[in-house]
Amino acid sequence: MDNLELKKIANKVRKGIIIGVHSAKSGHPGGSLSAADILTYLYFEEMNVDPDRIKDPDRDRFVLSKGHCAPGLYAAMAIKGYFPFEELTTLRHVGARLQGHPSMQYLPGIEMSTGSLGQGISAACGMALAGRLDGRNYRVYTLLGDGELEEGEVWEAAMFAGAKHLDHLCIIVDNNDLQIDGPIAEVNDPHPIDRKFEAFGCHVINVSDGNDFDQLRAAFEEAKTVKGKPTAIIAKTLKGKGVSFMENAVGWHGKAPNDEQFKVAMADLDRIDEELEKGGAQ
Amino acid sequence: MAEAKRIATREAYGKALVEFGAQNPDIVVLDADLAGSTKTAMFRDAYPDRHFNCGIAEANMMGVAAGLAAAGKIAFASSFAMFAAGRAYEQIRNSIAYPKLNVKIGATHAGISVGEDGASHQCLEDIALMRDLPNMVVMNPADAVEAREVVKAAIEHDGPVYMRFGRLAVPVINNKPDYHFEIGKGELLKEGTDVTILATGLCVAAAIDALPLLAEHGINAELINICTIKPLDEDIILRSAAKTHRVVTAEEAWISGGLGGAVAELLSEKLPTKMKRIGIGDRFGESGPALELLDKYGLTGSGIAHTVEGFVQQQ
Repeated sequence: MDNLELKKIANKVRKGIIIGVHSAKSGHPGGSLSAADILTYLYFEEMNVDPDRIKDPDRDRFVLSKGHCAPGLYAAMAIKGYFPFEELTTLRHVGARLQGHPSMQYLPGIEMSTGSLGQGISAACGMALAGRLDGRNYRVYTLLGDGELEEGEVWEAAMFAGAKHLDHLCIIVDNNDLQIDGPIAEVNDPHPIDRKFEAFGCHVINVSDGNDFDQLRAAFEEAKTVKGKPTAIIAKTLKGKGVSFMENAVGWHGKAPNDEQFKVAMADLDRIDEELEKGGAQ
Repeated sequence: MAEAKRIATREAYGKALVEFGAQNPDIVVLDADLAGSTKTAMFRDAYPDRHFNCGIAEANMMGVAAGLAAAGKIAFASSFAMFAAGRAYEQIRNSIAYPKLNVKIGATHAGISVGEDGASHQCLEDIALMRDLPNMVVMNPADAVEAREVVKAAIEHDGPVYMRFGRLAVPVINNKPDYHFEIGKGELLKEGTDVTILATGLCVAAAIDALPLLAEHGINAELINICTIKPLDEDIILRSAAKTHRVVTAEEAWISGGLGGAVAELLSEKLPTKMKRIGIGDRFGESGPALELLDKYGLTGSGIAHTVEGFVQQQ
């Protein structure tokens, strides 16, 4: 898939995020938007997954360790064909499959129930270990927030992944530099992120723009060549990316747009669509 | 019970893992640097490729177990009860119980019979914590025979299971031809009319010791072994309570929330009955030889007999 197509899908993912969170009147748009390009790349370019074969033992696995960014995951899954796009408006509603944080008991295609930070990466380690035990070649991807790195379990898991040489595990950090209470550097500075993962035995790839598909492609291609150790991709991203008033704004970590803000956000994303259409015609 | 052979339930756990691991290649075992103590080292030595030492990192171990189970494995995760049910409680809740994954938690060194290590290692709340979780099965075997059956049942059951094992060698009481184990079924060990004793874990053998002492005082007690605390065998408890009108629970755990709590919840709603809960009160444990501690806290045959007698006389 070329970058233009990926960009169009990513923009649709962003619309799905805004539609879902607006309908729910709560949720986490900021980190979902920063990760939209990573999620798009994973589901539409990188991973061997198929909504018609969700139990295929050889499928790649994705674990959203930063489970609060479920709106982004749901949007990517809907566009991929796991469920109708319209279902995104049921996000966080009573009886909905789209729980506030991903639940494998509610929604087929979710590989692990997450939401409590630090836990998804451990489960991803377990999946990678199981794949190796079974002699299967699938890869396991897990997306973490940078604030999530403050959880001790992340480093227990990183140590385990390194010590057990889980080379089919790919850890991705959505490094948007903001968490609920403010900049990560001010709350409880987890830097240097790359050197920490390196110290725990990971092959580290720094991506200076995690919203750029060329850079993401290069990183994920490199990750697949790594043998004997897990890979950690540290992707610098822009929180709230694509929606003018949410970009790099800490206040949009976990807040839904009102009706007025919803219109502005969708208009922003419509403009991006128009630019992409123009770009495609060139 | 002085004449009975004594084996620690953790020992039986290790042996059972080896036994059933031979038949089922999907069984994998995790430990957190306590494989020698939890006895999963037996499995490690038999099947080194399916045993993973997670180091002193119980939270991650539970998550790894969840991931293994999500990928089709029957994942056993072992540590001391304190660090399994206690330290990794939230991982068990959110990564194992909520997604209903096929993880079997083998928690050893539960209760005050850990002995000399003292209060920091004497988990008295694990029954309460684990039985409060939806989807979780909680079993507390009385002896080595039952411990083996618990492991077998856990493997056959699809879903999360918490198994409570002890450090102390305890009398083997179930080595009899008619012994049969089933998840959720209590076992009537002796019929009686004056009081029902519901015992679990090592308190079952102690309660057996209490029976002749009670008989000497003219008390004909009914004794039921409650190995599965969740799901609780409501029928056997209600039937017995309807007959004796007095119920005593006996467990090596805090009396709040454990078996005593579970039975109190049941009876208060369905058949209000006078109760006495034997266990550890509102205090932490302490260091000392296990048998001396059990004696101090009234969890021996004479201790249970003494409490039951007082309870029966009051009512």
